[in-house]
Amino acid sequence: MTPALELSEATRRFGSGHTAVAALTNVSLALAGGEMVAVMGPSGSGKTTLLSLAGGLDQPTSGVVRVEGTDLAALSYAELARLRRKRVGYVFQQFNLVDGLTAVENVSLPLELDGVHRRQANESALGALDSVELGDLADRFPEELSGGEQQRVAIARAIVGDRVLLLADEPTGALDSMTGETVLRMMRRHCDAGGAAVLVTHDARFAAWADRIVFLRDGRVVDEATGGAGPESLLDGRAVT
Amino acid sequence: MSVSMSLLAMLDERPMYGLELKNAFEESTGGVWPLNVGQVYTTITRLERDGLVELLSESDGQKLYEITDTGRERVVEWFGRPSREAAVSRDEVVLKLSLATLKPGVDVRAVIQSERLALIGQLQEYTRLKSDAPSGEDLAWLILLDSFIFKIEARVRWLDTCEARIARSSDASGRRMLPDSDMAEEVEREVQR
Repeated sequence: MTPALELSEATRRFGSGHTAVAALTNVSLALAGGEMVAVMGPSGSGKTTLLSLAGGLDQPTSGVVRVEGTDLAALSYAELARLRRKRVGYVFQQFNLVDGLTAVENVSLPLELDGVHRRQANESALGALDSVELGDLADRFPEELSGGEQQRVAIARAIVGDRVLLLADEPTGALDSMTGETVLRMMRRHCDAGGAAVLVTHDARFAAWADRIVFLRDGRVVDEATGGAGPESLLDGRAVT
Repeated sequence: MSVSMSLLAMLDERPMYGLELKNAFEESTGGVWPLNVGQVYTTITRLERDGLVELLSESDGQKLYEITDTGRERVVEWFGRPSREAAVSRDEVVLKLSLATLKPGVDVRAVIQSERLALIGQLQEYTRLKSDAPSGEDLAWLILLDSFIFKIEARVRWLDTCEARIARSSDASGRRMLPDSDMAEEVEREVQR
């Protein structure tokens, strides 16, 4: 099966000569549909660069980035923009909703910009809002929603239509613990329904919702956790005395 | 203490048999803390001795216990009083890291990373259990899972801070931290104990 996202030996350098800085060095990573991968690492370790490459917002200095088998470097500017619009969704720490538009209008906006008929866009948007359990609040404006609800609208906007790849950069950064968990549940649901997601976070508790956790340090992948020990292993030595 | 107070709190709901108590306790903790029946009866005997529960009836060797007024007061007091965690207990990872910073040839960052990886693996397992639990149901189970999750998260954050602290300290000195030999010996002694 073609991976939803594939980075192969991706390197991103900024600057040149002896002042060049490698933000990312030889990073290889593949995500199948249905998979959520979390990326952790200290500040400056290359997490956001990785996400920018994955979403075609930036290009690797060397190496290849493929989204659903398509080499992003082989696309024209317009084709790349189209792929980004149609197949990739972004969620950031700031919710970035448009103030003057209701929740459902915010979610249908990318579809309408893409030429989808208004009625159909509205229907898809309502479906996406339902999937983040916000169907009832579709007509609210962002200022009438809590932070957690706004972030769920942002997730709905990121997965509306046929978007398969969800890229989230610290999506829980501005949320309290319980709402953060709800956002992760929604991302998890997107993946359990066959989507793929990359979650950049510094918070181990949220990273733990992912199937795999990749650790970056100084632009290199240093480790990967898959948590395959099984629940039985958790009970060791837990008997009460 | 925590088991005896938990059993007492359960008896505050209604009179129960020993086996019933065991099952109710295990259910409320999602089966993560198994109790054996012997432990339950020993605890009840102690509660009875202290006048907190009494035997209500007995048939076919099955004893039905109920809580006393003193017992009820004790339960109210228990819920109202903050529990004290063992603040300072010997911690192998603390000792391991302290030693790693002192011992030449040990890559402290690698030690930290291997500890972190193990913790995050556990964190993933607990999160999977939480993810599988329907939200809003089985509150006691979710509360228990959260308690494990937050404890592990705190450990991970502590490791992150250790890593940053060690990095800053070796940046500042431009080399490995020099061991204070007395300190090294002390830590070594502690580990051997």
